[in-house]
Amino acid sequence: MTVLTRTAGALHRRPRLRLALLLTAPLLWLAVLYLGSLAVLFVSAFWTTDSFTSEVVKVWSTDNFHELFTTPVFRQVILRSVGVALAVTALCAVIAFPVAFYTARVARPSRRPLLVVAILTPLWASYLVKVYAWRLILSEGGLADWMLKPFGLSGPGFGLPATVLTLTYLWLPYMILPIHTALEQLPDNLLDASADLGARAWRTFRSVVLPMVLPSVAAGSVFTFSLSLGDYITVQIVGGKSQLIGNLVYANIELNLPMAAALATVPVVVIVLYLLAMRRTGALSSL
Amino acid sequence: MPLSRSARIALRVAAALGFAVIYVPLLLVLVNSLNPDRSASWPPPGLTTRWWTVAWHSSGARDALWTSVKAGLGATAIALVLGTLAAFAVARYRFFGRDALSFVVVLPIALPGIVTGIALNSAFSTVLQPLGVGLGLFTVVVGHATFCVVIVFNNVVARLRRTSGSYEEAAADLGADTFRAFVDVTFPLVRSALLAGGLLAFALSFDEIVVTTFTAGPGVQTLPLWIFDNMTRPQQAPVVNVVAAVLVLLSVVPIYVAQRLSADTATASRV
Repeated sequence: MTVLTRTAGALHRRPRLRLALLLTAPLLWLAVLYLGSLAVLFVSAFWTTDSFTSEVVKVWSTDNFHELFTTPVFRQVILRSVGVALAVTALCAVIAFPVAFYTARVARPSRRPLLVVAILTPLWASYLVKVYAWRLILSEGGLADWMLKPFGLSGPGFGLPATVLTLTYLWLPYMILPIHTALEQLPDNLLDASADLGARAWRTFRSVVLPMVLPSVAAGSVFTFSLSLGDYITVQIVGGKSQLIGNLVYANIELNLPMAAALATVPVVVIVLYLLAMRRTGALSSL
Repeated sequence: MPLSRSARIALRVAAALGFAVIYVPLLLVLVNSLNPDRSASWPPPGLTTRWWTVAWHSSGARDALWTSVKAGLGATAIALVLGTLAAFAVARYRFFGRDALSFVVVLPIALPGIVTGIALNSAFSTVLQPLGVGLGLFTVVVGHATFCVVIVFNNVVARLRRTSGSYEEAAADLGADTFRAFVDVTFPLVRSALLAGGLLAFALSFDEIVVTTFTAGPGVQTLPLWIFDNMTRPQQAPVVNVVAAVLVLLSVVPIYVAQRLSADTATASRV
């Protein structure tokens, strides 16, 4: 018997050993390296920084969180970030619904797979390039200005509206896809039953379609909301001088890491709360 | 649902507008790479391929591209190994903490990039720097691999769930040992899932900027970092335009290959 066949036999007889061999490397990497780093980061949110030397002082204190909730600038930026994320989510839902309705129920069935690919393809275009595209569109004398000029208007320029617009563009496919899937799976006989009971299209939409699709909207919103809340690159490119929570984290890393860590817990906590709220709608099981 | 004629037309128009909004910015990037002018004013005063030649010779863009390819290949290789190991454990065994493992795998991509970024950054500087290892390409690879694992994991788990373990058992009954069964039966079953997962992982790594910002040492510049750095420099605008156009054209590749490789990755999102 060669060593190889003996090892194979030993492995075959010991499923627990096989499992241990499978798990060792991924666990070392994800549980030790990654979760370990995260844990240290969140613990360091309770440390402070010596204001003269910028050295981290490893003494337990809740000063950072106290500062977080009492400093007006921090409060403002946190509220603004949540507002932007909510605005992006609402815009995505409003734009995604008619598009998904068309691709799932109006377009010819033979064309639908191609339309799904058409929704997916932009997801694979570089994130940075898509933001850059909006920088080009919104820049002075750019496409937005050119299109609005005949109406005597000009584009929004760089700022918070531009940030909301760009983020909406970036995450729109994440909203279209789940709504498309839900609408596609809507059983025809329910719609027929609604029509037989005398409901017009609008009534059927409100009383049958919308309640059944809402969990998918919630599922899509998990992506649009959390991706927007964590983003700080887009706002740097098209946001003018506006700051979101990510920018504050970034600005504090060099000089005050504990404060940066405390700030970084804010989006994480908000996202977890949002997930918990969405779970009640049954959104997470349809992800 | 009995839709009226006007409702159908309205939906058609709305969808057409929606798709226009999705694709016009990408087309604009393509056209703008031919813009002879340095500014982004519309319409461009003419069309020229001059900047494509200039970009081809831009050493900054080339070096960054090469760095991105190296980081992507390294991260993909690690993600393939770790993702496959974890996928086999989760799909073929029952053990304490199995759901927790599936959750931890998703975490690096579910949390905002900046959180993962600074967590890894401070871990690297406290653990690696005393050992004399600074931030560099290696740390970028480690950071990227961490969030690429989930892509491979998802692809392989989806495949394993659809193919039962009875194939391996049949192979064992026919006299194949553990390794033989893996080479002849299991691996061919998951091969296309590995290819698709690897490709998507590479694409994800190639495009990443936030975690990269915090894990790249001085002098290590991936393509997204290079674009971000040069985006606001008027002097570099034409080259950035061309690089952006190339990336738009390249984005068709992963979706096309993934579509051909397996049905379950066709709708796989990158988050």
